[in-house]
Amino acid sequence: MRSLLALVLAAGPAMAELPQGRAAELEHIVIQDCGSCHGLTLKGGLGRPLTSDALAHAEPEGLAQIILDGIPGTAMPPWRPLLTEEEAMWIAEWLKTEKTP
Amino acid sequence: MKRLSRVSVLALLLLAAPLGAGADEQRATGDLGLVIERATGSLLLIDRSDRAALGRIEGLGDLSHATLTYSPDERFAYVFGRDGGLTKVDILTRTIVARTIQAGNSIGGAISDDGRLIAVSNYEPGGVKVFDADTLALLADIPAAGKTIGLVDVPGRRFAWTVWDTGEVFLGDFSGAEPQITPLGNAGKNPFDAVLTDDAHTYLIGLFGEKGVTAFDLWDATPTPQKFLTDYGKDGEDMPVYKMPHLQGWAFTEGQYALPAVGRHELLWVDRDSQQTVAMTPTHGQPVFVIAQPASPYVWVNFATPLNDVVQVVDSRSHEVVATLSPGKAVLHMEFAPRGAEVWISSRDDNKVLIYDTRTREKLGEIAAESPSGIFFTARAHQTGL
Repeated sequence: MRSLLALVLAAGPAMAELPQGRAAELEHIVIQDCGSCHGLTLKGGLGRPLTSDALAHAEPEGLAQIILDGIPGTAMPPWRPLLTEEEAMWIAEWLKTEKTP
Repeated sequence: MKRLSRVSVLALLLLAAPLGAGADEQRATGDLGLVIERATGSLLLIDRSDRAALGRIEGLGDLSHATLTYSPDERFAYVFGRDGGLTKVDILTRTIVARTIQAGNSIGGAISDDGRLIAVSNYEPGGVKVFDADTLALLADIPAAGKTIGLVDVPGRRFAWTVWDTGEVFLGDFSGAEPQITPLGNAGKNPFDAVLTDDAHTYLIGLFGEKGVTAFDLWDATPTPQKFLTDYGKDGEDMPVYKMPHLQGWAFTEGQYALPAVGRHELLWVDRDSQQTVAMTPTHGQPVFVIAQPASPYVWVNFATPLNDVVQVVDSRSHEVVATLSPGKAVLHMEFAPRGAEVWISSRDDNKVLIYDTRTREKLGEIAAESPSGIFFTARAHQTGL
């Protein structure tokens, strides 16, 4: 029991927990749908670049908040109707760690 | 012929032989097209009559949001990539004949009416660059105070474009030794795309930062901005916009503009002359492309994610939805055969291009493609504005 708890604690900060298969779906959403504005390689377009370099100084919690609620007055929409808080957090962490080509 | 000696006839036959032998392998391009394979940076060459893929051209870089235009002889395609790449492709030899990385981030382009100039609209750094269509040598570099959108070709070696950040609209005349750039005025807050009507009369600019569409009369010597549709959907809450509508292919039919409502699941019908709203059609989702089926009263509409598995057909006389199709997952684009008999539909997440008969609205066939987005038939070579 203790080792399981340790595992959960160790895994917690690294990546949000998701049901099986959902991570691949989220990655697809980020590349294809976020990619409509931010570019398939996430180097930017109408929206800002989202490469791990560009987000080096951003807090994952802040990014998740932007994903969920958008940025009013800009073209960034709120994704809360389509994503859970855990999923937004997973995307924020993925963006910060993913090494885009 | 009688006067020719037997020897010279023989010589003629020998000379003609190699050409004659190649006749079967020669190919006309009038029914060909290209499909953008956005994830793999490749183009799929398609044959409309055979409903088949002929081959693939690779090495075009980041093709998310890529578009292309054709040379007047329908042999060369100019592909505008997201990564700033401008690539000239020979569709007969299926090879890249010229390529330049002309900016850090670009959004689209157009070819001049005489086929001599290629203009590219750039996000980073913002502005418009003009290239020689033969060599892709840079001829003019027009900076802008932001991201340029809605670049269209205007007859007389001219192009018009708009700036997302500032709302400024420009008309550039490249017919003389030096480019003449004329500011036309301000379209409004955050224009997201623009289109030229098929008669090159009206440059229409869609606004994201405020409600409305701004029109410039390009037949007028001194066009001024005319804003309309400024209060659509005022009785309801706007929904999030998960994909910007595209205006290239905006439908002009029955004396009306059929326009996508930004942030709403509606199609808006505006009288071309009075610019008054005549009707509203509730749709399956937020429209992205609204394209008129040639030689018919119908327009076809696809939608923003997550409602992008459906295509609807709307009658421009009754403004009613007359058909709802489910061609596949993530429908990104539709391209009609020039006379309207067929429509080709890209389903990104099914990795297919679906071919539909526009009369029966039944599927005629399908072609495998990698994450297909834009479909472009060579007939676009002769269309004003592209």
